[in-house]
Amino acid sequence: MAETATNLETPAPPAELRRAPVVENNRGLGWLTDKLTAFTEGKTPRWWWMLFLPAAFFATVVLPTMLIYQISTGIGVWGNNHPVMWGWDIINFVWWVGVAHAGTLISAMLFLTRQHGRTTFGRMAEGMTVFSVMMAGLYPAIHIGRAWFAWFMFPVPTYEGMWPQFRSPLMWDVFAVNTYLMVSTLFWYMGLIPDIALLRDRSKTRVRKFIYGLFALGWTGSARQWHHFEKAYVVLAGLCTLLVFTVSSIVGLDFATSQLAGWHATIFPLYFVVGAVYCGFGMVLVLLIPLRKLCHLEDIITTRHLDRICKLTLVSSLCITYIYLMEYYIAWYSGNPYERWVFSHRLLGHTYWYGGWIMLCVNFLSAQLLWFKRFRQNLKLVFILAVLINIGMWFERFTIIVGSLYQDFLPANWGFYKQTWVDICTYLGTLGTFFMLYLLFIRFLPMIPVAEVKSVLPQGNPHHPLGGAKGGRS
Amino acid sequence: MSAKTYGLIAEFDTPAAILEAAGKVRDAGYHRWDVFTPFPIHGIDKVMGFRNSPVGWFSLLFGGGAFVGTMGLIWYCNAFDYPNIVGGKPMFSPPMSFVPAYILMVLGAAVGAFVGMVAMNQLPRWHHPLFGKKRFEMVSRDKFFLVIGATDPKFSETETRRLLEQAGGSHVELVEDED
Repeated sequence: MAETATNLETPAPPAELRRAPVVENNRGLGWLTDKLTAFTEGKTPRWWWMLFLPAAFFATVVLPTMLIYQISTGIGVWGNNHPVMWGWDIINFVWWVGVAHAGTLISAMLFLTRQHGRTTFGRMAEGMTVFSVMMAGLYPAIHIGRAWFAWFMFPVPTYEGMWPQFRSPLMWDVFAVNTYLMVSTLFWYMGLIPDIALLRDRSKTRVRKFIYGLFALGWTGSARQWHHFEKAYVVLAGLCTLLVFTVSSIVGLDFATSQLAGWHATIFPLYFVVGAVYCGFGMVLVLLIPLRKLCHLEDIITTRHLDRICKLTLVSSLCITYIYLMEYYIAWYSGNPYERWVFSHRLLGHTYWYGGWIMLCVNFLSAQLLWFKRFRQNLKLVFILAVLINIGMWFERFTIIVGSLYQDFLPANWGFYKQTWVDICTYLGTLGTFFMLYLLFIRFLPMIPVAEVKSVLPQGNPHHPLGGAKGGRS
Repeated sequence: MSAKTYGLIAEFDTPAAILEAAGKVRDAGYHRWDVFTPFPIHGIDKVMGFRNSPVGWFSLLFGGGAFVGTMGLIWYCNAFDYPNIVGGKPMFSPPMSFVPAYILMVLGAAVGAFVGMVAMNQLPRWHHPLFGKKRFEMVSRDKFFLVIGATDPKFSETETRRLLEQAGGSHVELVEDED
């Protein structure tokens, strides 16, 4: 039978339709393994310490000092006061939740759509998610004023017989943020298990072997393990994708269910999701561009990958611009004088006009530079733009929160908001904590998913000549 | 310390080689064998005859349980044990309890997927007989291993060894399980 079968020759696709390799320069499996684990096994580079020490100072000195001062003294040490009861704390909460979102979007959604390029930077984005949700969760917990009563938010049976009030979106938020933290941590950790097993197998010292061995859970890499692992990973990716759309929308509902002009809009859940994703792409670029250079990962995180992220950033910029325009249009079209007042004062008010302009100029205008290939290929400029996007998105939240609160329905009720040094130092503390955790992550865990990258290489494909297949097309 | 035979291990260099060898071992009629690879090999599931992993059912069970449980909890808290009128809203209504129930369903389903993966793989475990083999450390790097268990009814040290060598395996060695 076999002798009579004709050898079917399928024509090779034209060059422009062929998929570019995920890893450049045709690297083998062994080379990749050594390369990708080198950073966790080698000597700590000087730049790592130079970044780590200041971050650790803000994380371990500034942030705890600010928290102790605020909790022991009271909310008054912040600038929050009537009528602006939500200040930097809630702005930063929304901002950190936003930063988290792109991580999940990149790692979970691009996984489900089988984008091979995602394997290289997915883990770095997931790490970003985990640490920024931690920072986000911190703010509401201390914003409640009496942080020692934070457990009231959970349905714990107590002698008072009191239960949380589930009709409030603020209560939903408690569950949304905690769930987000737990699910993204699970997703991140589960993806890490085979790579921790790799580090265990490569460990030279007993201590390393013991610690990595503990977290690898005894992974052997058998086909049965991979079989269940892949299934669980797809399920988790799908669940994370659900969270991309729910967490920020619930944060948006915190605002939308109030009666305040500028907040009371049905577009808010979507608005916050899109804003979150946009801001998160900015943060991904802020982290990826320097790390790629400093850790010598140019062959693995290629310019093509960064180019794709830039394009996604541009798309989310256009989405957010559409929502800005829609917001203004509806404010005008509603004929509601309070809405019109709030929206005209976002740009032309005498106090916070700058917030609205920064938001429009950065989030809409400057992101349009990403249309140009020459711009996208200049990574220094892209990095600067990514930092600007994070600032612009911070001002968007400032405009929404403070801009709506400081002048509500009654002029007698109008007020003014100014942050205090405690607000600023707490924010710097969370930034320091985020970067400290991130630096520890890249130092001690593989920041690139080694097993996943190998599985999408031609060398890992049993039907490809480089993977040992006889015949076939190269 | 008594050592009993765990099985025979053979080493392969490429994913195509291990896939081919797996096919040969299956055709020879072995049942208790497994391949160990640095990453999932495309097509190995078919050769080894795996059925759909039940991890998804764990996820459904945990997620569904969390959804129903949260609905019940909210009803118990706000409508039964401590009914309290807030803004004239009903004590319990599906729209208001859907959001937390949905969120906790996602959490439950995620925990279910993880628990399912760990349980089906019989993890965590402190030790595995294969960890005693020095060369097996390469399994997470760029080598591919095939192990035929000594508990397989067809297992015989000489015959099985010959099969593995014919299939192209190098460093065919006996693995011992030390208890």
